[in-house]
Amino acid sequence: MRIGVLAIQGDFAEHIAMLERLGAETTEVRLPRHLDGLDGLIIPGGESTTIGKLAVDFGLLDPLREFGKTHAIWGTCAGAIFLSKDARRSQPLIGIMDITVERNAFGRQVDSFEADLEIAALNPATQPSAPYHAIFIRAPIIESVFGAASVLSTLPDGRIVAAQQGKLLATSFHPELTQDTRFHQYFLSLAR
Amino acid sequence: MEQQTGTFAVKKGLAQMLKGGVIMDVVTPEHAKIAEDAGACAVMALERVPADIRAQGGVARMSDPDLILKIMDAVSIPVMAKCRIGHFVEAQILEAIGVDYIDESEVLTPADEEHHINKHLFKVPFVCGCRNLGEALRRIGEGAAMIRTKGEAGTGDVVEAVRHARAVLGEIRRLTTMAEEELMHYAKEIGAPYELVKETKELGRLPVVNFAAGGVATPADAAMMMQLGMDGVFVGSGIFKSGDPAKRAAAIVKAVTHYNEPAILAEVSKNLGEPMVGRNVSTMPEIEKIAGRGW
Repeated sequence: MRIGVLAIQGDFAEHIAMLERLGAETTEVRLPRHLDGLDGLIIPGGESTTIGKLAVDFGLLDPLREFGKTHAIWGTCAGAIFLSKDARRSQPLIGIMDITVERNAFGRQVDSFEADLEIAALNPATQPSAPYHAIFIRAPIIESVFGAASVLSTLPDGRIVAAQQGKLLATSFHPELTQDTRFHQYFLSLAR
Repeated sequence: MEQQTGTFAVKKGLAQMLKGGVIMDVVTPEHAKIAEDAGACAVMALERVPADIRAQGGVARMSDPDLILKIMDAVSIPVMAKCRIGHFVEAQILEAIGVDYIDESEVLTPADEEHHINKHLFKVPFVCGCRNLGEALRRIGEGAAMIRTKGEAGTGDVVEAVRHARAVLGEIRRLTTMAEEELMHYAKEIGAPYELVKETKELGRLPVVNFAAGGVATPADAAMMMQLGMDGVFVGSGIFKSGDPAKRAAAIVKAVTHYNEPAILAEVSKNLGEPMVGRNVSTMPEIEKIAGRGW
């Protein structure tokens, strides 16, 4: 299986390291032709304005929309914003996920945090559930899901931090910054 | 479990989000907007860019918090600000107004000629400059969550940025081939904490993100720093001291993403207007160089 990681800007190297640990082949995607032959794509954390601007400048928006019709795409943090249909401000988006996001929803960097989450989808039914330790950095929240999207995880106060829509995934937090491979394994199962 | 803020993972994590990006010096909210629109992944808010600090002389201090707050209001990307080396109260003030990163910077006049700030005490992350591996690991030992090579700020001459990047990356390459029993002696030799020397050898890279800085003025300069193996680029005076800042800023951003595509680098390097007027570092009197500040 070959997974691309959008390498315009952000922590793409961390995603690549995690995918290679799990035995996937990887490709850095910076131009439309780099999408050829991929089974799935991860859009990393970074600055969504930077990623959006360069995606427009190098003609990636439409190819990414096409790719998402038939393939798995997972956006972490900035990537989740980039996948959303509505980010509550004017910036370029792929706009293929039925979610509304709010950027920097927890405040500035001093408010960035770590927390344990319950994510049922990551736990096999036969095993006791283990919490997922998540890292949130100037993180967005998923304000609402609609249409075909559903909630995958929330904080204890009910705010949505992970959502899924078929083969599309969005997370406010950064599994690539941890040693826990469950979220990447889950994504590979969608890409298969 | 409660939510934990200010952990080393979230401090270091923000720098990881900046990788492959360009951090630009800005002195007004209007500059900050230009930088954000050009694709900067963060801005450094300050009263004077390094080229002006050099030209005007005097004591260079932390910027007016009101100016930094106005820049924070103007953009959605992270905002960094500089404090003087060792000036922990300037750092407390910057943390209190909520900047996203503090640069404990040799570009300002040092406040302490022996000690840097104990950066572990802060929730806000710090970036610090270095010229070699020992200096980088001393700063990380003090709590820096990001490193930048110093170069020679405000000159537009990339030679020192290259020297410092090659020093750090070359020393790491040599470290990876050392035997375990050689590490303690090496740690002593370069004045670095043993545990961090060991970790760097295991990782084959610095334990935190490492950007280039100090003299980057063109898309080609920026791409060269990326090809050398840096994680991203700071551009100080190079953008807003040039003829067409918006165009040059956008071109440098593209050059950092596509640093390995000479055809794209050629395209973005066209018709950028006048670059900043440079200062040749090799003919500069030693007293004027600022990279030596930091201990």
